[in-house]
Amino acid sequence: MRTAISELEVRSAASLGEALTILRDDQRTPIAGATDLYVALNFGTLEPRRFLDIWPVNELREISMKGATLSIGALATYTSLIRSPFVASRLPMLVEASRQVGGPQIQNRGTLGGNVANASPAGDSLPVLAAVDAVVVLRSADAERRVPITKFYTGYRATVMRSNELIVAIEVPPVEGRQWFRKVGTRAAQAISKIVVAGVRAEVPRIAFGSVAPTVVRVPETERSLAAGATIEEAAQVLSREITPIDDLRSTAEYRMRVATNLLRRFWIETG
Amino acid sequence: MKFVLNGASTEVNAHPMARLLDVLREECGLTGTKEGCGEGECGACTVLVDGEPVCSCLIPVTQVESADVVTIEGLGDDHPLQHLFMNEVGAQCGICTPGMIMAAIALGPTPTLDDVKTALAGNLCRCTGYSAIYRAVLKWRGIPDATASAVP
Repeated sequence: MRTAISELEVRSAASLGEALTILRDDQRTPIAGATDLYVALNFGTLEPRRFLDIWPVNELREISMKGATLSIGALATYTSLIRSPFVASRLPMLVEASRQVGGPQIQNRGTLGGNVANASPAGDSLPVLAAVDAVVVLRSADAERRVPITKFYTGYRATVMRSNELIVAIEVPPVEGRQWFRKVGTRAAQAISKIVVAGVRAEVPRIAFGSVAPTVVRVPETERSLAAGATIEEAAQVLSREITPIDDLRSTAEYRMRVATNLLRRFWIETG
Repeated sequence: MKFVLNGASTEVNAHPMARLLDVLREECGLTGTKEGCGEGECGACTVLVDGEPVCSCLIPVTQVESADVVTIEGLGDDHPLQHLFMNEVGAQCGICTPGMIMAAIALGPTPTLDDVKTALAGNLCRCTGYSAIYRAVLKWRGIPDATASAVP
């Protein structure tokens, strides 16, 4: 450990009400499954030293149907997503994405709300949520608001969340069309994605990419061109103008661009 | 704070943000749990919390309040899976072994080789090439010798 534990301070909340009251009165960084906490502290990329532990808040673990909407509590772990019959029937590509996060140890602690809040452009669940127009439910002590996932991110690791808010749930409207997910990393398990894509094949296809821009992105021009009857090669050209992958420690812009267009082709062939 | 450690109620005085790994090793004196990467990549520090394998290097000890924690010491010294790791030479340098065993112990009955690989996907071993580990786990789970030994 490179971080001095004595610098850190934490309060635990036993209920959502208590957590929101603490956040109203006091600026603290929420922690859930903590899978990135010490990693970021030790890398020097996490400034805060005062935390709010929401892991005990059981009311945020529920996965349920609210009418036709699939509602996933923010503290649902990848393991619980993998095991949930509702997720399997409504959003099978989220099961697939969850199976490819880390290994079982990470899947047992990492949460969907944490993946959304963490705001990494490489977050494995985020293209799935973006492709199905999921809605992030935010709550503070005084109010609740719903933000489409495609409006949730404002830049690299930046979101519209306010410091007194928690993500309480992710809502997924009914999905028409075939779902498709693919993650490309260095190896099958324990790898952060070089590129990750989720798609829904419908009259107007919906496609989202991770790790090709500062945030997860939908590719509306590519979607429109496919809906208008473009060939997949034409659509791949549109895609290459629409995304802006970068060089970083995990991959290069050139490789990502090539793989992104190949994944678009593969999506189109396998769901056709 | 209190939790159940290897079946016995335990009270520790640790800082609530101390890593479970450090509390187990330093305060509880259970050094069977190893630190490998310290960032959730290698699985050497795997323990069970409420029956599920987790990386103890990632968990603030406050998050195991009232939970049931099992470490490699909780298996005793005579567990069949420990013997199989020895007999199949699934342990060489030994750093990954406690974590491997704690990840494998959560497997259900009659796993396939793929099930074993998936269950151990979060555990890295740099010595064995994994085959000996898979054989040990398959044999422990009652997969016939001929099938388990055929793992290349």
